[in-house]
Amino acid sequence: MADPQTAESKPAQIPVTVLTGYLGAGKTTLLNRILSENHGKKYAVVVNEFGEIGIDNDLIVESDEEVYEMNNGCICCTVRGDLIRVVEGLMKRPGGFDGILVETTGLADPAPVAQTFFMDDDVRQKAKLDAVVTVADAKNLIARLADSPEAEEQIGFADVVLLNKTDLVSPEQLKDVERTIRSINPHATIHRTERCSIAIDKVLDRGAFDLDRILSLDPDFLEADDHDHHHHDHDHHDHDHDHHHHDDERHDPTVSSVSLRAGELDPKVFFPWIERITQQFGPDILRLKGILAMKGDPERYVIQGVHMLIEGNHQRAWREGEARESRLVFIGRKLDEKMLRTGFEACLAG
Amino acid sequence: MPTIQTFPLGAFVVEAAFIGGKAFFALGDGSVRRVEGPAAEATQVHKGAILSAAPSLDSRMLITGGDDGVVAATDAAGQVTRLAERPRKWIDHVAAGPNGVVGFAAGKRAVVRSADGGERSFDHERAVGGLAFAPKGLRLAVARYDGVTLWWAGTADARPASLSWKGAHLAATFSPDGKYVVTAMQENALHGWRIADAKDMRMTGYPAKPKSLSWSAKGRFLASSGANAAILWPFHFRDGPMGKPPLQLGGRELLVTRVACHPREEIVAIGYQDGMIMAVRFADAQEALLRRPGEGAVSAMAWDPTGRLLAFGTEGGAAGVVDLPG
Repeated sequence: MADPQTAESKPAQIPVTVLTGYLGAGKTTLLNRILSENHGKKYAVVVNEFGEIGIDNDLIVESDEEVYEMNNGCICCTVRGDLIRVVEGLMKRPGGFDGILVETTGLADPAPVAQTFFMDDDVRQKAKLDAVVTVADAKNLIARLADSPEAEEQIGFADVVLLNKTDLVSPEQLKDVERTIRSINPHATIHRTERCSIAIDKVLDRGAFDLDRILSLDPDFLEADDHDHHHHDHDHHDHDHDHHHHDDERHDPTVSSVSLRAGELDPKVFFPWIERITQQFGPDILRLKGILAMKGDPERYVIQGVHMLIEGNHQRAWREGEARESRLVFIGRKLDEKMLRTGFEACLAG
Repeated sequence: MPTIQTFPLGAFVVEAAFIGGKAFFALGDGSVRRVEGPAAEATQVHKGAILSAAPSLDSRMLITGGDDGVVAATDAAGQVTRLAERPRKWIDHVAAGPNGVVGFAAGKRAVVRSADGGERSFDHERAVGGLAFAPKGLRLAVARYDGVTLWWAGTADARPASLSWKGAHLAATFSPDGKYVVTAMQENALHGWRIADAKDMRMTGYPAKPKSLSWSAKGRFLASSGANAAILWPFHFRDGPMGKPPLQLGGRELLVTRVACHPREEIVAIGYQDGMIMAVRFADAQEALLRRPGEGAVSAMAWDPTGRLLAFGTEGGAAGVVDLPG
């Protein structure tokens, strides 16, 4: 009697994209694009206010940001109560979704949104954090970073940065802004856009693709890789850099990153270590992500974390000829690189 | 032997109920299905998904709230009455009160609508997590962040009472004698208060959120989901369940997702994550299989008033009625 379409198939987790960015950076423009473009996909969009979105669409959900503290002794564990409700409600609709997009207010800390997808079992079962996408305004970002810790956190949290309004700045200014972003978060994929014009698949449903890419490339070379569509204003201004160096110093970033690399790890050493690190330094860790080779494990182990929360999963089998290497990245404040490196290296399987 | 009548409804079953003696199902596709003989007749009540549903106290209407902002009542003949509308809001919760009163909530606002259509609104600082009417008097419990607010819904200026406990409270229920109010929390726990003196009762140890709650006959036990067995807290002692171990019935490897206590006997129907349903007797933990696994987690269950029929539905869109003769 069962409907074969729905019978017992294990539901896939719906990818969730968190959209952050300071007021006026262009989030609404991006949302309007995603909602109006004919991409053949079905995305539910959770917004703070319908007001600015000019499209009437029943896939748009208005939701008041409600941050819940969890009574579990985890000092930075906050979740978005409204999102839990919204995700549960969306799951009742037939047909499912290709993705859920959550817009945060310009001043919001992205952590509670991201943590919701780690903390709440019901949500975790049905949805997974795909990427944090931060829209940044090329013209105003450096000023924002100087006067707002939220702006810096939003860059620190990002998997993808849309550097928008690039038409309003000179190529030199653009390079400065990118350098500043890199100094905070060298691992984010940066896309230069005008009026948030970008292929949707560069932003949504990135999956492990970004993780792999982020971790496999040396941050120093990321920049050169990223701008297929923008060769024209790239690499021609290296000689200018020194003249603009003072811009970086003006910012003096407090958010930075540490990238670690090692061979096969001993899980019995690694898991207690990462647990201890996140317990002790969680409030200062914005993100952590890693692809790990555990000794005797035929599959790649992928972890990601937000503050004190970490989540790990087997991703896929190591391919033949693929170097069984472990890579781990921390992005946060006041990170003690030496301590993290020593600790990570002590996890090497003997 | 129980017989089972099944319906592949194809959409998430949000709630089951008996209305005018017929099994009703409220679905995620916005329709209400009512069992008429061999068929489940459909009425499209909402444009979007039904988010919450509750039978009226006289069991003559199924009240539904949808993500289309509509609150509606569907009767045994499939006639739909639109009770209220909040454009662009989600009606997250509905509850049935005495004399045709309907409670509903959208975001931070709870509304009590009397049978004549008059409305009274109750605002909260944070979103409403759950609604329940007291068994006597027009009193509404609103589960919310950091506790419960008890409103006298019939009188304009009576001050509300506040019961506090830190954390997010997501569902509320009164004990049938009206002495206790119990909430389900975000933190895998139940919290209860004795209303007379606001004495706290903390019921913990769940591996998952205990979202489904059901009072047994005469209110002796409160059954709950959220563990690998149905957890039943004894409320027939003077101090409620404090210091008493709960009954654990129908233990399996899998999570219990719904519970529904039999209306007359000390028996609980237990629905699991895999779609299986068992009936278990309190006295000797004797188990009877009512439905085999399939079509997703059990998401709705309701007994008819005689306790002979059990309506059920799953997340995967299967529904049915189990007939337990004798």
